[in-house]
Amino acid sequence: MTAAIEVRQIGKRYGSLQALAGIDLTVERGEFFGLLGPNGAGKTTLISVLAGLTRADAGSASVMGHDVTADYRAARRALGVVPQELVFDPFFSVRETLSIQSGYFGLRKNDAWIDEVMHHLDLTDKADANMRALSGGMKRRVLVAQALVHKPPVIVLDEPTAGVDVELRQGLWQFIRRLNNDGHTIVLTTHYLEEAEALCGRIAMLRSGRVVALDSTRNLLNRFQHHVHLRVRISGNPLPVELAALVHHADDRGHVLKLKSFDDVEPRLTALRAAGCRIEEMEVAQPDLEEVFVEIMQRESAAEKSAAV
Amino acid sequence: MSGFPTLLYKELLRFWKVSFQTVAAPILTALLYLLIFSHVLADHVQVYEGVRYTAFLVPGLVMMSVLQNAFANTSSSLIQSKISGSVIFMLVPPLSYLEFFAAYVLAAVVRGLVVGLGVLICTLGLVDLQFQSPLWIFAFALAGSALLGSLGLIAAVWADKYEQIAAFQNFIIMPLTFLSGVFYSIHSLPPFWQQLSHLNPFFYMIDGFRYGFFGVSDINPAVSLGIVGASLAGLIWLALVMLRSGYKLRG
Repeated sequence: MTAAIEVRQIGKRYGSLQALAGIDLTVERGEFFGLLGPNGAGKTTLISVLAGLTRADAGSASVMGHDVTADYRAARRALGVVPQELVFDPFFSVRETLSIQSGYFGLRKNDAWIDEVMHHLDLTDKADANMRALSGGMKRRVLVAQALVHKPPVIVLDEPTAGVDVELRQGLWQFIRRLNNDGHTIVLTTHYLEEAEALCGRIAMLRSGRVVALDSTRNLLNRFQHHVHLRVRISGNPLPVELAALVHHADDRGHVLKLKSFDDVEPRLTALRAAGCRIEEMEVAQPDLEEVFVEIMQRESAAEKSAAV
Repeated sequence: MSGFPTLLYKELLRFWKVSFQTVAAPILTALLYLLIFSHVLADHVQVYEGVRYTAFLVPGLVMMSVLQNAFANTSSSLIQSKISGSVIFMLVPPLSYLEFFAAYVLAAVVRGLVVGLGVLICTLGLVDLQFQSPLWIFAFALAGSALLGSLGLIAAVWADKYEQIAAFQNFIIMPLTFLSGVFYSIHSLPPFWQQLSHLNPFFYMIDGFRYGFFGVSDINPAVSLGIVGASLAGLIWLALVMLRSGYKLRG
């Protein structure tokens, strides 16, 4: 079976900026895939190449086995893109916007599906409202609906929850999860790493136009979970010297000590008590995706600097 | 099924929704020109034998409206979509560059013809007009609006801001229309300016269009249509090359 998305050695240069420097990536059908990276890493450029909004200088890309340039009609039918920018056409109502978008894909009697999409995105009340009159969150929902009018098997969401309130964000994820359960392949970029951790089965991390990490979310977390974070806020005596050496970082919620394993927690607490410290608050946690992300990006940044010397 | 009919429908709906501005306003402008110029010049200028100046002026004003509105339709629609970013909605569906071009230019032709017809109908009561050969009238209106529609599309693909479209309109379209013989016959000009007018493609559109009404013109209408047709072909070719390459639309 062909992959949902297949990207081979994609390169793209804007003047002196190498936006994509030879990306290889395969997203299998039915996956919930995360595309993470700092601003300027190339996430949006990569999505643009898939959608035919940008032409790559090198390499090839296909959606559901259809090359995005040679077989662009089939490739675009298979893909729904929710763009990052909050764009809209001020001339039309929500329903007009959706039925026009559907018509662009050659689907002119699509009202039943359009009604269903509007229903799931809570847009039914606003069906006849002009796009201009909608709030930012509502416009965002219309963008999602527009990407779905042609029932694409592959859906790409470029930071769909940027600037969206908690309620809409949860409703949106519920809907996207349902689409994924129904067999749609989902590719997501987001800056909210806890969202990616909760939703994505596999994650690629991009930096400077290259893939710097590509693995299942579980493996990425495990790779860095060879240690445990013990957060303590103490009063009384200061932190004893042998524990001060273990401090990973400190903030207004106390000290975070980096320990080798859970077995290490108890002796450290004993040491604290022996030193006359009183524990006001305590928390034991494993690193989350955000820490994994920061560590990978720092490692890459260091590698870039040493390569440049 | 193709997305072309929907894109055409969307382009028509767009100008029709704001028809007060896109249809009624240019008709009013043309009528004001007619009122003022005919009032000032009717007794002083006789261009063709047996044709009153006011009657001479009407086809010129109709064609001017057709041309300006065809240009305005493609250029303002596309530049607006580009600047707002909503052009993406037309770039992600499986529409070919040919379909894109055809939908935009066809909508521009329709707007040009609707406005032109509006001006014509409004002036019917005021002027005694002849319709010698309606086919020439239609051929020039069609070719002229398609030409300006294509030019508007090219301008909007190229431009990055509204200002550049305005410059295109004010420094190219306006001078070429005003110097094309809308308000006068080029035979009334000194020889040097007559020669210069022959380099203006707008002159042939106005002159040929007017032939359809009065059966008289400065130039043989077949020659004019040939020149307009060749210019149109050139612009279509340029527009298609730009669209196919993705110039400024698909980074």
